[in-house]
Amino acid sequence: MDKKIDKSQVKKVAKLARLDLSEAEIEEFAGQLNAIIDYVERMNTLNTEGVEPMAHCLPVSNVFRQDIIKESLGTEKTLANAPEQDGAFFKVPKILEEP
Amino acid sequence: MSNVDYKVLVGLEIHVQLYTRTKMFCGCELAFGAEPNSRVCPVCLGMPGSLPVMNKQAVEFSILAGLALNCQIPSFTKWDRKGYYYPDLPKNYQISQYDLPLALNGYIEIPAKDGSFKKIRIKRAHLEEDAGKNLHTAGNFSQVDLNRAGTPLLEIVTEPDMNTAAEVRTLAEELQRIVRYLGVSEADMQKGHMRFEPNVNLIINRAGQEFKTPIVEVKNLNSFKALENSINYEIGRQLDRFLETGETMEMGNKSTRGWDDAKEVTVLQREKEEAHDYRYFPDPDLVPVRVNEQWLNEIKSRLCELPFSRRMRYTKEYSLNDYDAGVLTNDRQVADFFEATVQAGGEPKRVCNLLTQVGLKLANARGCAITELGPKPADIAQLAKMAQTGEISATAANTILEEMVKTGKAPRELAEQLNLIQKSDAGELEGIVDEVLKSNPQAAADFKEGGKKSGKAKGFLLGQVMQKTKGRANPKVASEILDKKLA
Repeated sequence: MDKKIDKSQVKKVAKLARLDLSEAEIEEFAGQLNAIIDYVERMNTLNTEGVEPMAHCLPVSNVFRQDIIKESLGTEKTLANAPEQDGAFFKVPKILEEP
Repeated sequence: MSNVDYKVLVGLEIHVQLYTRTKMFCGCELAFGAEPNSRVCPVCLGMPGSLPVMNKQAVEFSILAGLALNCQIPSFTKWDRKGYYYPDLPKNYQISQYDLPLALNGYIEIPAKDGSFKKIRIKRAHLEEDAGKNLHTAGNFSQVDLNRAGTPLLEIVTEPDMNTAAEVRTLAEELQRIVRYLGVSEADMQKGHMRFEPNVNLIINRAGQEFKTPIVEVKNLNSFKALENSINYEIGRQLDRFLETGETMEMGNKSTRGWDDAKEVTVLQREKEEAHDYRYFPDPDLVPVRVNEQWLNEIKSRLCELPFSRRMRYTKEYSLNDYDAGVLTNDRQVADFFEATVQAGGEPKRVCNLLTQVGLKLANARGCAITELGPKPADIAQLAKMAQTGEISATAANTILEEMVKTGKAPRELAEQLNLIQKSDAGELEGIVDEVLKSNPQAAADFKEGGKKSGKAKGFLLGQVMQKTKGRANPKVASEILDKKLA
């Protein structure tokens, strides 16, 4: 069977996900992703004619909340897990143009 | 230069911040200018185990806006995740709507130059969450404030149906009025409640051949003026560039340019838009929205008369000119106040003058709404009636309205107190006219004689009557008496 996912596709997806993968990892994930695709491919054997595309796996809709203010965490707790902070802000590496 | 003709095409993407109390998917308060990161919770932070829940108000506001924009409201819509890689949305995706938006295929009508109306088609309107704010001013790092992250935004996308910068501005201002009338957004451009991103390009006809210039998306527009100016700038720039290089639209040469407000130019931000791979997929954390007829009708019942039709009605029903109708209907509160005053018996044009010449000015100066000035519609209607019957002059009416705002007193009381009641009593005025005629026999004779000098003489005599009564003679009555005396 043809490989559905080659190394260049793994690289592209990794780039979009901002992941830095080694050659060995790319090889490894290409194999794993192909195995997943092959597995899911079995769905194609089903006849889905006339079946509405499913938007959500639960037969539930319209779960709302009212527009009522709830207490937030507050600045201190919000920043508690931040690797770095600058006053009341999260501190992150300088964001430049699109990478 | 060969014969070059061109047509401008502009489509708009508009982000409207909805006027809810809380965020789209959590109960954090929307607070402009609050301490950074003080309105943040595990949902905003994208913490594992946290789950978003839809704000019903935001969904209803969006449907209401969609209805006002003449859109179809599908009975089924859902949420999608859109890949995003900046720290101002910690989840690494934005919750948005991809293939099943809340509203589709509408239009906005705007007045055209020739007095007719032009429909600008709306492709779609969908709900999404806003990102936080990245600040780059602190040094060799960036600061992130997540207070805004999760704010409900309605993204409205038009077809490229606008052909001049002025049309774009007209549409933008109309949309601002619409969302304000509906109460779904404060729509303050300075505060970023409304963000306009025009897509601009030209269709150039040169020697019978047609060329399309690459599409440019303009960002960073913080005022209607910037919106209009940036498009005019782009038209010139794209035409020059085409004549210079002959570059035309092809796959992937769409670019993004930022407006520099100080220099009044657009500056290249992103050259080749990568075929953007947002990798949308349905958000498993959020269930779909089903809009049944009952709910839709309930939301429909909240629609109000929109500024456009209200403006039209004012010119027809009240015989106001376009300008007056525009000023009065610009703000829903002002229009409501105007109508209440007319309902209370004020003559429309007179009420319009009182409100636009005095009321709105005072409200502006005080930074308050016209309803907060003090005088009630009934008071102003009474004032307008007094001017209408000639009890006071139009100028006096303006003065009295100012005093009403200052003192809170009733119009008649002020008119008497300020000695502004016109003398309309024919008997009393007759005596004064007689006196004037007696002491100005030459003018009286000129008037009687008719011809060239007559009009001037009458004006002079009326002036004398005014002087004698310290300006309080009803000019209409005085003029009638003069005519009678010298007929």
